[in-house]
Parts: sequence; C-alpha cells; structure tokens
Amino acid sequence: MTPDLTAVLLSRIQFAFTVSFHIIFPAFTIGLAAWLCVLEGLSQKTGLPVYRRLFEFWLKIFGVAFGLGVVSGIVMAFQFGSNWSELSRRSGPIQGPLLAYESFTAFAMEASFFGVLMFGRHRVPPLMYLGSAIMVALGTNLSSFWILVNNSWMQVPTGFTITADGIFVPTDWRSIILNNVVFVRVSHMILAAYVTTSFCVAATGAWHLLRGMHKAEARVMLRMGLGLAAVLVPIQLIFGHLVGDYVVKHQPSKIAAIEGRWYDEQPAGEVLFAWPDETTETNRFEIRLPAPIGSLIDSSSLTSKEIGIKSIPVEDRPPIAITFFAFRIMVGIGMLMLVLAWAGAFFAWTSGLEDRRRMLWPIFLSFPLGFLATLTGWITAEVGRQPWTIFGHLRTTEAATPTLQSAEVVISLLVFCSVYALIFVFGTIYIYRLLRAGPGAVALSPIGSPNPKRPMSVRGDTA
Amino acid sequence: MLEFWVGALALSLLLYVLLDGFDLGVGMLFPFAPDERSRRHLLASISPVWDGNETWLVVAATILFGAFPLIYSIAVSAFYLPVILMLLSLILRGVAFEFRYKAKPFMRRVWDMGFVGGSFVAPFVQGTLVGSFVVGLPIDGVHFVGGPFFWLHPLALACGVGMCIGNAMIAACWIIGKTTGDARAFGYRVLPGLAVALIIFLILALTISMSYKLQVLERWSQRPALMLLPVAALLAAVGMAWGWKTQRDHWMFPCGAVIFAAAFGTLAGSFLPYMVPFTITIEQAASPSSSLEFMFWGAGLIVMPLTLLYTATVYFIFRGRVTDADGYGGEDAEDVQLTANSSTGASAVADEARRG
Repeated sequence: MTPDLTAVLLSRIQFAFTVSFHIIFPAFTIGLAAWLCVLEGLSQKTGLPVYRRLFEFWLKIFGVAFGLGVVSGIVMAFQFGSNWSELSRRSGPIQGPLLAYESFTAFAMEASFFGVLMFGRHRVPPLMYLGSAIMVALGTNLSSFWILVNNSWMQVPTGFTITADGIFVPTDWRSIILNNVVFVRVSHMILAAYVTTSFCVAATGAWHLLRGMHKAEARVMLRMGLGLAAVLVPIQLIFGHLVGDYVVKHQPSKIAAIEGRWYDEQPAGEVLFAWPDETTETNRFEIRLPAPIGSLIDSSSLTSKEIGIKSIPVEDRPPIAITFFAFRIMVGIGMLMLVLAWAGAFFAWTSGLEDRRRMLWPIFLSFPLGFLATLTGWITAEVGRQPWTIFGHLRTTEAATPTLQSAEVVISLLVFCSVYALIFVFGTIYIYRLLRAGPGAVALSPIGSPNPKRPMSVRGDTA
Repeated sequence: MLEFWVGALALSLLLYVLLDGFDLGVGMLFPFAPDERSRRHLLASISPVWDGNETWLVVAATILFGAFPLIYSIAVSAFYLPVILMLLSLILRGVAFEFRYKAKPFMRRVWDMGFVGGSFVAPFVQGTLVGSFVVGLPIDGVHFVGGPFFWLHPLALACGVGMCIGNAMIAACWIIGKTTGDARAFGYRVLPGLAVALIIFLILALTISMSYKLQVLERWSQRPALMLLPVAALLAAVGMAWGWKTQRDHWMFPCGAVIFAAAFGTLAGSFLPYMVPFTITIEQAASPSSSLEFMFWGAGLIVMPLTLLYTATVYFIFRGRVTDADGYGGEDAEDVQLTANSSTGASAVADEARRG
C-alpha cells in the first residue's frame, strides 16, 4: 500500500508538534520534583520556614506543569498507534514492552503519588510525605530512562532480527537496554532537565530580588539554582560531546548534516556558521575553522576522515538546514548557560547578588534557555535521523499508517494545535501569576499541624 | 505467558473502566450538583486519585502495544478520529483540575465546560469503540481496511451512550460513599434514574444486536456458562437497590463495581479466543515470546503487583469522606490574585489576616 505522502508529512508535523509541546513540561518537572524533595527534606530537618515556604510555592507551580505534562504525554502513548501503525505493528515487540515498562514503573507511580504530594500532607506522617515526593521524583527520572531507551533503539537499533514479514523481533534485551548509547543519551536528557529547572529557579530568585521582595527565599533560590547549574552545565557539555561521538560512529548522515559538511574531509575543518543550500549542495556565508579542528571535535583525532553529505545517497539524507541550525543553537545556548552559571554562582555564593542588578537581569532573563536547548537538541536528534524512523531499517514513509487520509490528519493537527495553544497560554499565565505572587505571600502553619482544616492559616492565628 | 498477558490486559482495562469511570462520571454529574459547595466536594472526592486512575488507560495501551502490537496498531489507527477526540477530551478534563481554581471567573466557566464536556465525550468514545469491536472490524489479515467513519454504527453509538450512563451511575455510587450533606443527597437522588437508564440501555443493546444478527450472540448460545455473569450483575443490582433504600452508603460502590465487572466479563468471555472478533485470535496477535517474557519477569511479576499495591495505598490514604478543607481550596484563586496585586509579601499577609 503506498501511503498518502501528504498524510505522512502532516503526521510528521503533528508528531513533532505534540512531542515538542510535551517535552517542555517534563524538562521542567523532572528537576522540580527533585528540588521539591530537597526542600521538603531541608524543611523537615532544619524546621526553617523559608524552606517550607519555598516548597509550598513551587508545589503549586509543579501541579500545573505536571498536569500539562501528563495530559500531553498520554497523547504520545497513542500517537504511535494512530499515525504510525506500521511502526507499531512491525517494531511493537521491542518498543511496546519498553513503553509498557515506562507506564508501569514510572507513569503509574508518579501519577499515584502526585495525589499524595498535592493533597496528602496532613494525612500521612512527615517521612511518608517526603517519601511520596521522592516517589514522584523517581518516577519522572524512570520515565526519562525508558523513553530514552526506546528512542535510542530507534537511533541505533541493536539486539534484534527481522522476520520474513518485516517484524522486528528482540533477541537480546540486555543489549537493547544496557548499551553505551543509552547511557550517554539518558544522562544527557536527565541533565538537561535538571539544568532547565535550575535556571528557572535562579531566574525566579533573580526576579524577586529585582523587585526587592521575598529576599530570604530569593537568596536560597539563586544560590541553589546557580550552584546546581554551575556543577551540572559543564558535565552536560561533556555528555553532549559523548552523544556526538555515537552520532559520528553510528549515524553518518546525521553528523554530516549537523556539521554542514558537504564533502569528505581528511582532516576536517569545522563550520561555525553557514547557510546550507540543498539545491546547490553548498554552504553560503560560511565561517569555518581550519583543519584539524573538525576531526578533533568529531573523532578526537588529528587525522581522521569525516564524512560529507555528498557521500550519502540523496534519498538517505536528512533535512540539512534544520539539523545544522538546531544543533548550533543548542550548543550556543549551552555555552551561554556555562558563563551565566559560573559567574552567577560565584557571586551568589560569595558577596551576594542583591545589589548586582546588572547580573540579576541576565539571570532573570535566562529562564527559557534550558527549554530552548532541550527543544533544539531533540530537533537535531529527530530531524537528523530522517528519512529513517528506525535508523537504517525503517523509513518514515514506511512507518506511517497506510490507510490514513490527509483530511483526517488535517483535522487532528488543527484540533491539537488549537487545544494545545489554549492550555499552553493559560497554563503559562497561571504559572506566571504564581511566580509573581512569590513564596513569601502565604504564611504557614507548622509541619504536622493539629488543625488540618486550616492548612494555610495565617501565622499568629491562635485558632 | 500468553494467558498472563491476556489477563493483565483484561485487568488493566477493567481497572481503567472502573476507576476512570467514576471520576469521569463525577465530571458528568458535576453541572447537575445543587450548589458550588457540593461541586467543590465532588471535585475534592476525585482530585487526589484521578491522575492515577487515568494511568490505567496508558498501562492498558502499552500492554496492548507490547504484548499484542498487531491489535494496538490496527485498533488505534482504525479509530483514528475517535481516539483523537478521546485524547482531547481527556486533556481538557485533566487540565481543568488545576486551572479551575487559578482562573478568573470567566475562564473558570470555560474550564468547567471543558471539564464537563471532556467527561462526557471520553466515555462516549470509549463505549463507541467497544461497541464497534462487538460489531466487527473490517480487516484483511493484518491491516484495517475500513473507512474513517466505519464506527458510526447504531450499536456502537448506543454503547457510547451506555458507557456514559454506566460511568455516571458508578460516580453516583462513589459520591454517596465519599461525601456528606448536599452532595451525598444529590448522589442518592440521581442513582435510581441512572440505574434504570442503564437497564434500558442493556435491553436496547441486546435488541439491536439481535436485529443485526451479530455473531456475538451465537457465542452466548455456545457458552451458556457466560450467563453466570449477568446473573451476578442482577444480584448486585438488587443489592444496590436494597442498599439505596436502606441508606447503606458503603454497599453502593461495590455493587456498582460488580455490575461493571460482570458486563466487562461477559463481553470478554464472548470474544475469547479472538482479540478482534472474529478475525484475529490472541495467538495471532501476540508478540514473540522474547517480548512477552521480557515484559513478564519485570513488569508483570513485580511491578504490576506493586502498582496495584500503591494504588490501594493511595486510596487508603485518602479514605473517609470529603470535607470542606479537602482538595483545592477556593482560597487559592483569591490568594493568588490578591497577592499579585500587592507589592510586597507583608501586605499580602496583612490582607489575609484581615480577610481570615
């Protein structure tokens, strides 16, 4: 059955749109869930109200963001079947169990304990409440793990054979799950999530300091946010490089597009900026670094040969410009985050940032950086994998639902776009309002308050 | 191994239909509640558990994907438009929990409409899907060959309505057990009508099946043991009626659950050994054993029982009836707007002291 190609393109756009929307929220809530654990732990250990206030403040924000992540995540679980039924049918024996593990070990766990986290403080002992927060944080990390195992298998398929009727049968689960590609990519994603959250937290702290409010909480947010970023960003850059290593090794078409390298080069130079032109198969406005810098970056060698796009058959090439630019943007943001994190953390932990408005402003404005880097990174990974859905084995045109008509996908795409736009706009507004109100706005009864009917009672209230 | 995964799939589906059934049902009954206070109680009764309930849908879908990928690929793509509709309903229903209390009055009405609308549409689509399965899917071996609207069959649509009624009924049972005062009285008020409506639907479904001479009816004559299940449902219905009359709140939900389970079991029992009646068997649809075993030794043997355990734990944590303090307080929305207007935290605390 030859698929309706417009339907395939629309399905690709729909998947790209829905998965991009989805990733924004876990990128934030994975780190936030962990931070809530830290805050609750500190609050229980030290009894200092600043930690409890921060916890309650970020818990409300977590609720909104987590909810949006959940509802958009459910869409993904079904989209494999709805728009990519051939992929589901043929690689289901491998992808299905991986997603089943995700839904069991992660999704179900985090969703169940989320209820306790949001509503159960006064129904369980403090340690159990902290335990519930830990379960939610654990669930989010396990989700990342299983999803990345699944995606990594699509990028670098291992441990399988293909039957005569085209079914991918697993032969070695250990190699599917416990391989080096999985390790570097899972780490890269989880680090991305924690880095994203640390910048959001630091930015919130900076914002409150700029407005001269909630100073105690703001100091904690800046110190902890920037401190964590200062440690994690360099590690993330290293893992980014390691991820690049696997791309060089296993996905030559992708690395050639990422580097904007049209011809094989030995040793290779490095293109810093260019405008790739697929029709003429050249780069316009190219700014490049000389050899052997490209070989060093791609293969850690002074003499290696690096593949060019022209060595890849035309039908096996990904979209060059998108892949090239997405990658550059991600790396550029990574460098910017490094500078901000190190400079910011230095001042936050020494003389303090209260009077340094010229530092506070960029930190405040840095909140979108993690999201942008995560999105462009995923765009690089997924667009760069084209025209393959399972790299080297199943093309995207073969993976789509064969009976799907363009009209159906137009409808679904339009509906997703409008509903997602609606909930995103308002979700952002509500989170913004919560952020603006700040943590000092609500005073709290002590932990283990004997009066569960007034969990938000005003301090000094004797009732 | 195969039997295990059939059972696990069946269990997940049943749990989903039962658990998300009652919280979707609460959403359907929501606009008919007597006042805002009861509405808040209704919401509070499901707020801590709705998310966990909904995950059983994803669990069922991923078990299907992993153990029976052929069915997953056929079913989800064949019902393309209904699935999309269901997903959007679940989205609008889901965000309403968080958004409702953070919105200004106009938008609160919008989110409430999404909440209610989503709570009606999702079960309607689910019932329609089930009904279409009963009617039969046009398949050519491994591919679906019907058109985008093949599911618009009278029986399927009737099943959609039936699912809505069933969910509303189990929701009324839940409300009776979990709330007090006006909300509980509301539950008692609506339950009889819903139970009667459900019986009428079941009769209607049977009649339509007979008039279309559906194959599933032959199964019933071939397997008289299936008759035990409707009998169990009947007993449960009697129990529910007696409990309603004598105001035994805690009989309601268990009786409702038995009715659901019996209906589910009857349908599943009629299909076996076919997964897609009557063209694809479980054997044909199954993943290779390496997939089934991989799923079994981790997810099946250890994680699924654990999941059941902590689901039960969460329900236990939130046992007892809903009070005014439960769920999202209405103070939240006013809090946020109030303090957003004041320039420092201190004056906000003073504001609250003045109000409180």
